[in-house]
Amino acid sequence: MKRIKSLDDLKKLSKNAKNKFDLREKANDPDKVVQIKVAMATCGIASGAKETMDFLIEELDRQSIKAIVTQTGCMGYCYAEPTIEVTMPNNDPIVFGYVDTKKAKEIVEKYIKKNELVDGILPVNYETIDKQ
Amino acid sequence: MKTLSLHILDILQNSIRAQADLIELSIIEDLTENTFKIIIKDNGKGMDVELAKNAVDPFFTTRKTRNVGLGLSLLKQNAERTGGYLKLNSEINKGTNLEVMFKHDSIDRPVLGDIAGVICLTSTSNQNIDFIYHHKTDSGEYSYKTKEIKDILKDINISDPEIMKYLKSMINENLENINADNKKNRIKIKK
Repeated sequence: MKRIKSLDDLKKLSKNAKNKFDLREKANDPDKVVQIKVAMATCGIASGAKETMDFLIEELDRQSIKAIVTQTGCMGYCYAEPTIEVTMPNNDPIVFGYVDTKKAKEIVEKYIKKNELVDGILPVNYETIDKQ
Repeated sequence: MKTLSLHILDILQNSIRAQADLIELSIIEDLTENTFKIIIKDNGKGMDVELAKNAVDPFFTTRKTRNVGLGLSLLKQNAERTGGYLKLNSEINKGTNLEVMFKHDSIDRPVLGDIAGVICLTSTSNQNIDFIYHHKTDSGEYSYKTKEIKDILKDINISDPEIMKYLKSMINENLENINADNKKNRIKIKK
């Protein structure tokens, strides 16, 4: 029978990898790493926010870019989902709309790595008419 | 939503926003009864009767960013389409109990999808919350508790990509072992 991964294996993994993880832990000072929030309410999930988030976690890890990727609620830009908010160290957060995996790749390559702006930035001071 | 796991990802956010610190997700597949049940229990701040009644109304939301709330309504619609139901019980300051039933063999029942990914994403993004995921099928059951994981990892962060990858494949292998949402099961019921 095929062996199934279990918690015991996790124990071994965590011991062996301790040193490696320690280095990363120290870098986990939130002000020094890229912070990405993926909007994950009904609207975001229905538009594929999970795929975007999975992709970002994988891609940033593959390229060894230190980043914290987390979920957040609806930011109110339901029409432009999936949306993500990227905060570069010492920079104001920027919200991008229509972020599928292709767009996410572009954001990683251009904005996060080279600090070049890409299309699809949503104005953060956006207000709906009924609020005015 | 394309898969049941995406529904779950969505509904879990309700419990998180209700400031729960313990969320229990159970999926129970019963082929003899032909049911696929999803039960979510939390110890959040709960809702009063009025609020709980309104919660499944698509034009009701507690948010101020928009004026529709589709999460529960979409889930209810999907469940009822298969001949199932959605039951919501909530008590102020005690928590909320959600039970959704789908007919297991219904062609309208979405597949379970990437539940391991959903569990990992939700538990790593909300590390102050304890998650319990329990999956029961006719072939066996599997439990995943974030508290156990955190006790093993100690000072290693659960959101480390390598750990996440491992947890995901651990959940997937265990689910496969108990034939969770196995396509062949649908055929078995038909016969």
